[in-house]
Amino acid sequence: MKPVYLDHNATTPVDPEVVEAMLPYLSAHFGNASSVHSFGRDAKVALENAREQIAAVINCDPQELFFTSGGTESDNIAVFGTANHLRGKKDHLIIGATEHPAVLEPAEFLHEKQGFAMDLLPVDGEGFASVADLEKLITDKTALVSVMHANNETGAISDIKALAAIARARGVLFHTDAVQSIGKAKVDVKDLDIDMLSLTGHKIYGAKGTGALFIRAGVKIAPLFYGGSHEKKRRPGTENVAGTVGLAKTLQLADMRREADNARIVKLADYFIEEVSKRIPDIRLNSPRKNRIPQTVNVSFLGTEGESIILSLDIKGIAASSGSACTSGAVEPSHVLTAMGIAPVEAQGAVRFSMGRSTTKEQLDYVLAELPPIIERLRELSPIYEKKN
Amino acid sequence: MAKKVLVAMSGGVDSSVAALLLKEQGYDVVGAHMKLWDFIDVGGDIYKDGRCCTIDSITDCRIVCDSIGAPFYVLNMSAAFKESVVDNFVSEYHRGRTPNPCVRCNSDIKWNTFLKKARELGCDYMATGHYAKIERLSSGRFTIRKGIDSTRDQSYVLWGVSQEALAGTLMPLGEKLKSEVREIARKYNLRTAEKAESREICFVVDDDYRRFLREWEGKHSQIQQPGEIVHEDGRVLGHHEGTAFYTIGQRKGLGIAHPTPLYVKEIDTEQHRVVVSDNDSLFTTELTAKDINWVGIEPGVGPFEAEVKIRYLHQPAKAKIECLTDGSIHIIFEDKQRAITPGQSVVFYDGDILLGGGVIA
Repeated sequence: MKPVYLDHNATTPVDPEVVEAMLPYLSAHFGNASSVHSFGRDAKVALENAREQIAAVINCDPQELFFTSGGTESDNIAVFGTANHLRGKKDHLIIGATEHPAVLEPAEFLHEKQGFAMDLLPVDGEGFASVADLEKLITDKTALVSVMHANNETGAISDIKALAAIARARGVLFHTDAVQSIGKAKVDVKDLDIDMLSLTGHKIYGAKGTGALFIRAGVKIAPLFYGGSHEKKRRPGTENVAGTVGLAKTLQLADMRREADNARIVKLADYFIEEVSKRIPDIRLNSPRKNRIPQTVNVSFLGTEGESIILSLDIKGIAASSGSACTSGAVEPSHVLTAMGIAPVEAQGAVRFSMGRSTTKEQLDYVLAELPPIIERLRELSPIYEKKN
Repeated sequence: MAKKVLVAMSGGVDSSVAALLLKEQGYDVVGAHMKLWDFIDVGGDIYKDGRCCTIDSITDCRIVCDSIGAPFYVLNMSAAFKESVVDNFVSEYHRGRTPNPCVRCNSDIKWNTFLKKARELGCDYMATGHYAKIERLSSGRFTIRKGIDSTRDQSYVLWGVSQEALAGTLMPLGEKLKSEVREIARKYNLRTAEKAESREICFVVDDDYRRFLREWEGKHSQIQQPGEIVHEDGRVLGHHEGTAFYTIGQRKGLGIAHPTPLYVKEIDTEQHRVVVSDNDSLFTTELTAKDINWVGIEPGVGPFEAEVKIRYLHQPAKAKIECLTDGSIHIIFEDKQRAITPGQSVVFYDGDILLGGGVIA
């Protein structure tokens, strides 16, 4: 059996069509988009075409799109950029309790080192951000509300439209991290009526190091970088033309394929959930059955540690994950599951399987055959697991 | 099918070569790095070379494993390490004792948490890059013998490993010299071949335990009481900021003017006093040890003769060992020993066979 990749929420292989679209801009059309000569003009035209294509996909004006190196940078610009601009006038942040560290850690920095007040917006037991709690937490001093569209660990899609409406009514800026939903769920910034949105290409068969931040016209942020007038001074630095052309292709392809891909993956995911439930006792499905990015299946195997499951699966050639991958590779307990009110003994046995275009039923059958003996072995060694007969 | 082994890799040359040798011997090798602590918690210079638990060390392990064709994982054991090793390290100093954190890490973390992880991953054995040998004696017991490189012998810190744990452990470097290990690493072009040694306490990154204690106390709102430095004849010679900053036998840093050299003889945490004396007064012939782990000898036999080490860099000394009814042991040396230090490990040998060890009471 070839290795089975079930970690598409971490990253994906680049679609050959995207590679093909990017290649000319690494060689023949290599120019600097800011140069006045023909080489520069070539690059600039490609860059602006890409901007238009992406704008069309998320339904914004091209002038509202700013290219970045990816999700983390977009999130940092949104959080720090807003806080730095409003500093002294507004000093309160509301951050989703299950945000990615790219949003959470900038907000914590502002809170711990720079005097901003911060509230975490709770989620319910299925991981959906609480609309009622936002009503209670928001004040006239709130500078920014940032709540992710789809969660990376569970796939739960929160009601961004309802949340953003509350912020809008109070004149508070609203940002959403759409890194996990872009291309997999419908993302229309006008319909959602939000102020900022982060996106990246590499979770949907695009290249790493490509991303963008949508900033609604009229919204002011302080830039994090200085050193040129690229991206209207909001993100200076020589433009990544090939990456941007690739990002446009990525989003167009994802938008085109979305319904067909999701229809196929939903069947696979449902099959996987049913079979795991049948073959392994004492599990807990941490992903919601509805309103989720269908490819994400997060399951806890009670009485085990997710880390040991993931490593044992890797030894069998199966790639899964227990949440955010981090630099050192050490597996930390999940703040997402904790925020959902899942007890630590249940949260520690969590594994995230995330499917994608390459996933087949045959692969899932291989996983379904390898998984039960691993869980059984871990439970035999577990001091806390008692078999219920 | 090949036996599977989980190799504990620090990112140094020894554990890299241990993994390589096991692979050569036909084992199915899996590498793992124990992430035990964070620089945020322990302070010090994070860019100092040769330390474990840094991103750079982890990268070294990863690349070594890739070059020998083994999967590699990072195992986060920092919660268990803090609870079992670091908290104990601090509280032992606060109790006026001088701890051996490496001993505790070996028995509680490596040969407990890590070994359990090896079993969870379906491994038949765990392995380390210690310069020591594990052997089964005719009595059926497992023991540790000193490695052939006498300058690298690490058996002193291994006395606490249980029989069951030894039965599941491989130490492929016991038959190797350090120079040979480096040679092997060079021959196979391992990235860690020329890496510097780290032999001090891993989480005290600058080897300054007093700096570590001060920072730890500051972060955890712990306060040490100041007190007097007194001569054993009763004269008050000076003052100190906390007894934990002193160890038995210490001469430097006492901050007192005296015509003859003075050494710490005793730490009295009840009265917050550091007692000093001349060098001769540090020599004694007896000690009692607790928390005994019997390795190459059945528990509770005796009295018996053995060669005994009272600290890591101590020439073993001949002594008689008696087992007391409460499970502790009493040791009487043939010759007086300098600065027997409560909290340190006492380890007894028959030649190069480790018989057992305990903690000096």
